[in-house]
Amino acid sequence: MKRYVLRRLLQFIPLLLGMTFISFLIIQMAPGDYFTQLQMNPEISPKTIEEMRSRFGLDRPVIVQYFYWLGNILRFNLGESFSYHVPVSFLIWQKLKNTLALSFFSIFFTWLIAIPLGVYAGIREGKWQEKALSFLAYVGISIPSFLIAMLMVFFVARTMVLPVGGTTSVFHLQATGWEKFIDYLRHLLLPGIALTLAGIGGLYRLMKNNFLEAFNSPYITTAYAKGLSSFSVYFRHALRNAINPMITIFGYTLSSVLSGAALVEIVTNWPGMGRLILDAVLSQDLYLVMASLLIGGVLLILGNLIADILIASADPRVRLR
Amino acid sequence: MKNFLRRLKRTNSLSFYSLWLLVVLYALAILADFISPYPYDLQCREYALCPPTVPHISVPGRKLCGPVVYGIVVVNPAFKEYAFDSSRRYKIRFLVKGPERKIFGLLKTDRYLFGVEEPGKIFLFGTDLHGRDVFSRVLYGARISLSIGIIGVTISFVLGLLVGGISGYFGGRTDTILMRTVEIIMMFPFFYLMLALRAAFPPNLSSIQIYFLIVIILSLIGWASLARIIRGMVLSLKEEEYVLAARSLGISSFRIITRHILPNTLSYTVTALTLSIPGYILGESALSLLGLGIQEPYPSWGNMLSVTVGNLRILTMAPWMLIPGFFIFLTVLAFNFFGDGVRNVTDPKNW
Repeated sequence: MKRYVLRRLLQFIPLLLGMTFISFLIIQMAPGDYFTQLQMNPEISPKTIEEMRSRFGLDRPVIVQYFYWLGNILRFNLGESFSYHVPVSFLIWQKLKNTLALSFFSIFFTWLIAIPLGVYAGIREGKWQEKALSFLAYVGISIPSFLIAMLMVFFVARTMVLPVGGTTSVFHLQATGWEKFIDYLRHLLLPGIALTLAGIGGLYRLMKNNFLEAFNSPYITTAYAKGLSSFSVYFRHALRNAINPMITIFGYTLSSVLSGAALVEIVTNWPGMGRLILDAVLSQDLYLVMASLLIGGVLLILGNLIADILIASADPRVRLR
Repeated sequence: MKNFLRRLKRTNSLSFYSLWLLVVLYALAILADFISPYPYDLQCREYALCPPTVPHISVPGRKLCGPVVYGIVVVNPAFKEYAFDSSRRYKIRFLVKGPERKIFGLLKTDRYLFGVEEPGKIFLFGTDLHGRDVFSRVLYGARISLSIGIIGVTISFVLGLLVGGISGYFGGRTDTILMRTVEIIMMFPFFYLMLALRAAFPPNLSSIQIYFLIVIILSLIGWASLARIIRGMVLSLKEEEYVLAARSLGISSFRIITRHILPNTLSYTVTALTLSIPGYILGESALSLLGLGIQEPYPSWGNMLSVTVGNLRILTMAPWMLIPGFFIFLTVLAFNFFGDGVRNVTDPKNW
C-alpha cells in the first residue's frame, strides 16, 4: 500500500512539471506583462519599472524564469503577487478558505440528496416516480450552473430572505463567535444551494444507472430465489455493489473543488478563488496564476489517489499493486 | 437517415421532438435577419430596460381584435419606470416593409416577419440597458452560441480520433508520448485553463477573430478525453482479423486507421459528439459572461447575460435580461435528450 502510494506520487511529478511548464509558457505568450500597464502611469518612472522587472526576474528568458520559479516552489515559496504586493500564499489562503467551505457544503448536500433519490429511482424503475425524477434530473443537468445562480440571486434579492455576496454582514465586528458563524453560514447559503442544485442531476443519474446495473445482475436473481425479502435484496445486495463506482466518482469530485465553483462564485459575488484567479489571469499576475494552477493540479492528483485508495479498501476485488 | 429517424421516434420520442426543437432553433438563427423586428445594434435610448410588450388579442371592454401591442409610456426616465397605455394600440403586421437587410449575407429582403408601425414599438422580450430589443438580439446571438458547438466539436473530434487512433494503433513510444500529453491537458482545471488560454491573446480582437479563438481554445481542451477513450477502443480493435487482412494486403497504416479501425468506433463517437456539444455552448457562454468572449455590440447568449453579473439593480429591475440564459438551457436540454436518443438507437443492445 505504502509503496503503491509512493509510486503513484512519483509518477505524477513529471506530469506536474509538464503542466506548470505549459502554463508558464501560455501566460508568458500573452503580449506584455503585468508591468506593461504600469508604464502608462506617469507617476511611476521607467526606471522603477525596470527595477521591478529585474527584481521579479521578468527581464530574463522564459526558461530561466521557469526554473527560477520552480526553485522557489521547492523551497515552499510561492512568490509574491505583483498587484497586491503580498505573498501569494497569503492571498490564496484568504480565498481558499471560502472556496473550500462552499465546495464542501455543496458536495455534502449534493450527495445527501442525490444518492437516496438515485436508489429510490432505481427501485421504482419504469414507474411514474422514476420518470418524473429522471426528467427533473435532465433539466438539472441542462441548466448551466451560472443560470441557477443568477435565478437564485434574482429571487433572493427580490425577497431579501438571504444576504447576497460577501461573507459578513455590517454588524460583523460586534458579533460574538457564534453569531459570526451563523452570519457566515447565511451568506454561504445562496452560492451553496445554487451549486448543490447544479450538481444533483448528474450524480442522481450515475447512482440510478449503477443501481440498475447491479440490480440486473444474476446474483440478484439468486438472492430472490433464496427467498430473501425485497428490502434485503435492495439494500444488502444491489446497493452495496452499486455504491462501489460511486466511491471513485467521489474522489474525482474532490479533485475539482477548486475550479468547479468558480463561475457560481463570480455570479453570486462569493469571495473565493474564482474571482481572484479571473483577475490574476487578466492582469497577468504571473505567480498568483501559477500557484493556483499548481494547487489545482495537486488537488486533482490527490483526488484521484484518494479515489483509488478508497475503492481498494471498500472492494475486496480491487488490489493496489 | 429515414430509418434512423423512425427508430429514434420509436425508441425515444422525447429525443425525436428535441431534434425538432433544435431544427427550429437553428432555423431561427439562420433566418434572424428576416424574423427579428429590429437590427441587433439599434438603440432606442429613450426605452432602456423597457419591460416586454405583450401582444394582446383583446382590448379592455372585451372587444376581440387582431394582435396589438400597447404604446409605451415613460413614467420616470431616471428610474426606468414604464407603463403601457391601452388606448394607444399598434397592430402587429406581418411581412412588413423596412430597410433592406441580407439574410445571412446572401438573400436580400426588405420585408420582415412581423413589426408594428412607428411610433409603436414591439419588444417581445423587453429591451436591454441601451434600449436594444432583446428578442432580436437573442436571435442574432443564437448564431454564435449554436454554431460554436458544431464547429468546436468537429475540430476536437478530428484531433481526438486521429491522436487516439495513432496512439492505440502504433503503441510503444508514440503511445507513451501522446498519452502523457493527453494526461497533462486533462490535469488542468478546465475553467482556469480556458481563462489562461484566452488571456494569452490580446483582448482587443475583432469579433470574428475572437469567435475563432474561442472555438480553437475549446477544442484544444476538448479533444484530450476523447483521444483517450478512442485509444482504448483501438487497442482492442487492432487485434481483429480484418486489420490483419488489411495489413497483409499492404495497406498503409494511416489508411488502416482511418478506413478500417476508426469507422468501427462510430456508434460511440456519434453519441459522444452530440453529448459534448453542450460543453462548447456552455464554455462560450462562460467566457462571454465574464467579458472575455464575443464583444459588444455583437450579441451572444453569454455576453447578453454579462450585464446582470454583480449588478443586483439591473437583475431585480429587469429579469427579462435572463431570457438568453433560458435559451442556453433549452438548447443544452435538447442536445442532451437528442444525444441520449442517439445512444439508444446506435446501441446494438437495443436493436
